[in-house]
Amino acid sequence: MLTDSRSIRIKGRSFLAVVLSPDLPLDQWLVRLDDLAARSAGFFLDRPVVLDVTDLTIDRKQLKELIEELGKRNVRIMGIEGARPSLLGPGMPAAMKGGRPASDFEVEATAQKPVVETVEVMPPTPVVAEVRMPTPSIIVREPIRSGQSLIFPEGDVTVIGSVSSGAEVIAGGSVHIYGALRGRALAGSVGNASARIFCRKLEAELLAIDGIYKTADDLAPDLRGKAVQLWLEGEAIMAEKLI
Amino acid sequence: MAKVVVVTSGKGGVGKTTSTAAIGAALAQRNERTVVVDFDVGLRNLDLVMGAERRVVYDLVNVIQGDAKLPQALIRDKRLETLFLLPASQTRDKDSLTPEGVERVINDLKKHFDWIICDSPAGIERGATLAMRHADMAIVVANPEVSSVRDSDRIIGLLDSKTLKAELGERMEKHLLLTRYDSMRADRGDMLKVDDVLEILSIPLLGIIPESTDVLRASNIGAPVTLADNRSAPAMAYFDAVRRLTGEPVPIAIPGDRRSLFGKIFGRRAA
Repeated sequence: MLTDSRSIRIKGRSFLAVVLSPDLPLDQWLVRLDDLAARSAGFFLDRPVVLDVTDLTIDRKQLKELIEELGKRNVRIMGIEGARPSLLGPGMPAAMKGGRPASDFEVEATAQKPVVETVEVMPPTPVVAEVRMPTPSIIVREPIRSGQSLIFPEGDVTVIGSVSSGAEVIAGGSVHIYGALRGRALAGSVGNASARIFCRKLEAELLAIDGIYKTADDLAPDLRGKAVQLWLEGEAIMAEKLI
Repeated sequence: MAKVVVVTSGKGGVGKTTSTAAIGAALAQRNERTVVVDFDVGLRNLDLVMGAERRVVYDLVNVIQGDAKLPQALIRDKRLETLFLLPASQTRDKDSLTPEGVERVINDLKKHFDWIICDSPAGIERGATLAMRHADMAIVVANPEVSSVRDSDRIIGLLDSKTLKAELGERMEKHLLLTRYDSMRADRGDMLKVDDVLEILSIPLLGIIPESTDVLRASNIGAPVTLADNRSAPAMAYFDAVRRLTGEPVPIAIPGDRRSLFGKIFGRRAA
């Protein structure tokens, strides 16, 4: 029986992880890692670490041993990037993909090797201020028809046309509709409280920003049919007419 | 070059079959070799509206499954030499239609006809998607009310994604046929306005067919409305729509506009 009517909010979030790209032979690479750790004590402590094995020709047994060796050095691997499915199995860190390069990590002392680079493991959020990247966005030049759903977790969505009743637009960033918004618009879907929704004519069935939603009935009647922008203030969706 | 047209709507009861018959008969009267194909396998109606229900021997499913040749299944209209019907099966269901079979039949028909008008079943399932699959252009039939317009919007989305033309990256030509338009109810605001429907669907308007008892009377006697009484208001509207379909520029008048003007003058006096 479902007694608690509160819904579960599922959100995406992006974290900055350290990526280690070992090279062969592994024992020599580990020696160099020890050298780095000795010069910069506690560097890997409490840091999420992703192991990039893209250009590494090793088998499953060797990979397991490598993870154990790293474990002995208190380097805990949260995920493995670029591994063939046959390399991974139960009890191994999760496979990761879709990482985006970020700026290289500053390791204290003059460490040259091994190269430690960082990767964002999820789509970017503006919270990560030190990462400077153009925010991806898409522009759709056609109306979004009933039953269609436009999902773009990476960033902003701009629609030149209307979003029909029964259609939905889901964006990781903001939603811009140059037309009537009659369907659903969900902005900041992967956890972005600063995302906004803009439309030329508000007749939406459902509006959501960062998991907080409003149905058509919750909207002030004087906003109906008007050009409106919506944003999040705390746990409430705010709306105002655009001139 | 044969043109394959699908008459579709999503919602049932909006006038797909009536419009298919009326447009088919109007094209045939212009001496175009025309075939109307019933895709509503299991719930066939086009034969009734065409007045050919007692002459059905073989049907679309027989041809697809190879039990009959195409010329055996085609029924020539008794009134018009250039009008043919390919009926649907009433005893089977839509699963009897195969993509390969439909493609073969359409390609065969293209060799013999100028116009192939496919009457789609309601819904968005197999029957409807197969009816639209090989079309060159689509006539989207809608009534001026919200549920019909929303379903038509859904169908337009499918026309732009699930058809052969869309998969080849080409653009499907789509036309809106607004049927059962009641000027009295439009005046009272009980119906969606033409402009509202056009704004929502944003496809070109092919014609507005007025709500009329002539349509019902025609289907009761088993004749397309463009054959039963070619001076009636709905028949004239269908003739105009067909002229637009063939590329003639014909201005569109909203039915009852003139009357509504008089209505306003007299209405005010009465009040």
